[in-house]
Amino acid sequence: MAEPLIELREVSKDYVSEAAIVRALRRVDLVVERGDFVAIIGQSGSGKSTMMNIIGCLDRPSTGRYVLDGIDVTERSNDARAIVRNRLIGFIFQGFNLLARTTALENVELPLVYRGVGGGERRRRALAALEQVGLADRIHHTPNQLSGGQQQRVAIARALVTNPPLLLADEPTGNLDTRTSLEVLELLQRLNRSGITIALVTHEHDIAACAKRLVRMRDGAIQIDVRQEPTDAAAALAALPSREAEEKRA
Amino acid sequence: MLVFLARIWASVVLAMRAVSRNKLRAGLTTLGIMIGVAAVVTVTALASGARESVTAQVSALGSNALMVFPRSARTSGARDSTMGSRLSEQDAKALVRESTSIALAAPFLRSSVVAVYEGQNSLPSVIGTKLDYFAVRNWKPRSGELWTHNAEATGEKVCLIGVETARELFGTEDPIGRRVRIGRFFFQVLGVLEEKGQSPFGQSQDAIVVMPIDTMRSTITRTRPGEVHALMLSATSAETSARAQKQAIEILRFAHRIEEGGEDDFVVRSQAEFQALQQKIFGALTLLLIGIAAVSLVVGGIGVMNIMLVSVAERTREIGIRMAIGAREADILVQFLVESVVLSTIGGVAGTLLGYGAVAGFTTALGWSMRIEASTLALALGTSTTIGVAFGFLPARQAARLDPIQALGRE
Ligand SMILES: Nc1ncnc2c1ncn2[C@@H]1O[C@H](COP(=O)(O)OP(=O)(O)OP(=O)(O)O)[C@@H](O)[C@H]1O
Ligand SMILES: [Mg+2]
Repeated sequence: MAEPLIELREVSKDYVSEAAIVRALRRVDLVVERGDFVAIIGQSGSGKSTMMNIIGCLDRPSTGRYVLDGIDVTERSNDARAIVRNRLIGFIFQGFNLLARTTALENVELPLVYRGVGGGERRRRALAALEQVGLADRIHHTPNQLSGGQQQRVAIARALVTNPPLLLADEPTGNLDTRTSLEVLELLQRLNRSGITIALVTHEHDIAACAKRLVRMRDGAIQIDVRQEPTDAAAALAALPSREAEEKRA
Repeated sequence: MLVFLARIWASVVLAMRAVSRNKLRAGLTTLGIMIGVAAVVTVTALASGARESVTAQVSALGSNALMVFPRSARTSGARDSTMGSRLSEQDAKALVRESTSIALAAPFLRSSVVAVYEGQNSLPSVIGTKLDYFAVRNWKPRSGELWTHNAEATGEKVCLIGVETARELFGTEDPIGRRVRIGRFFFQVLGVLEEKGQSPFGQSQDAIVVMPIDTMRSTITRTRPGEVHALMLSATSAETSARAQKQAIEILRFAHRIEEGGEDDFVVRSQAEFQALQQKIFGALTLLLIGIAAVSLVVGGIGVMNIMLVSVAERTREIGIRMAIGAREADILVQFLVESVVLSTIGGVAGTLLGYGAVAGFTTALGWSMRIEASTLALALGTSTTIGVAFGFLPARQAARLDPIQALGRE
């Protein structure tokens, strides 16, 4: 396969407090190649979010090195890491994390604002990203006027708008029902096929089944790391009983 | 540069939106700054007005000038009005002769009469006086010359005019040697006086005609021989002006035969006295306003800081989101600094308007000359911007230094 995008080398993360030292990550080695789709699973407290935060340059390892896209970002300044986040990474959160009272379009434009892209160009690219996630008709809605699935798609558009090589999603479907979750996964699979590398944390097995590679964590270490044949989210969606049928049953 | 300006503008828009979400809070927060800036505007207008009026008075009268006006006795009928209840040319002579501190005393008549030259009209104040008057008031002809002692003694129909009167009657023509009709008689213009501007009381001192006193008495203001409307004195120096005032009162009481305990039928007003009092009032008021300005600006600044801290706390999650998608510390810092500057500038603009109102009030109610200059505006806006930056910096830095993960984790 292609050259590595993410390289974690013996990464540890300790949270030191007066009461105790929590060893959230213990000498984790992880290499993710370009174009891969990794699902990270594991019990609560096993260190999934901690690892994602380090991969996302939101946090620094206590020891070990992290090389992203060939750049060692372990000891870069905060500003340099902000630029790395802006250029290389798109974040998708469980709680969507859209700015309230701000339209979908403005939310999606935001990463480009920090990149210094001019107004017209920004708008054009934001519209294209919203179109890609199927929300071209909701651009002037604010988050409280959108459903959870729609909000998550706005968040995905925001993550995509800078054309980053890497999408990080920490429990993106945690607040969504099965159907909407599969819709989001269908979108992610489509993006992955177009070349974007994806790392996704989830608790749900049918979501994890959509990835090409499965990493299971336990007590801050990688316990299992296997390749798998991904389920096609589109097919899974089609197999679900239709919305009308569900409503009739209810 | 353009990109930079566009970015600043974008954050101003963002800040205005954030501020407008909480109008009441913003209004209350900016109240202190508003009052402070209003005080700053008023105090600078007062200071420049006071400076101007003092210099105007000094140049108009000289700090050693004194004026004597008649005062109609309140106990009317108690004294015979024909017996020295008016000022006279004899009074002027007596003052110079008998006082050690009065250098000059110029009696004068005054009136307001229509002047006409070739169909052009003007309504100047007309003063009939002696040559000493020019010395006391430090007036000099800009062109032409003063009348001669001979002309003064024989009552020749000659005059000097102020620049405004010259402009109104003659336009661009040279008035010297022309004959202008004032009232029913023609007078030859000998000279045009230097421009003097407004008097401390707001009238123009350039719409004026000055002529020998006997000439005026025989043509415009008929009075009994020797009777005058007022006296203009000058003390031998600014230091002796208080003594000159005291002596003038005694000499005039004697000349007017006012008995012990009787009421003066005249008033002697000292320029120096008036000025000192005005300076004192201005000084006290300036101090008071500076105090108000300082206290309310500090209180206002703390208010802004407080509200910004609240705003940062409320928007911690927003800050986390912005950081996650690539905002640098400087971006966050600027965002909140701009917000606090916007907040304090709103207070500054409101305060400037309030200050204008206060200045207009003082000017019309008390007749003070106050002046709002461009520099006052710059000072007002500069002050509020500085407050915004100074008191907004701490909250903004606090926001910029947030840890993105902790900020994101906060609801
Ligand atoms: N800021 C922190 N301070 C101290 N301990 C922390 C901090 N953040 C995480 N931890 C601890 O580190 C460990 C790993 O946490 P992490 O959030 O990575 O787990 P997770 O796998 O994402 O769990 P979940 O599935 O519940 O989200 C946990 O024991 C947690 O309590
Ligand atoms: Mg987690």
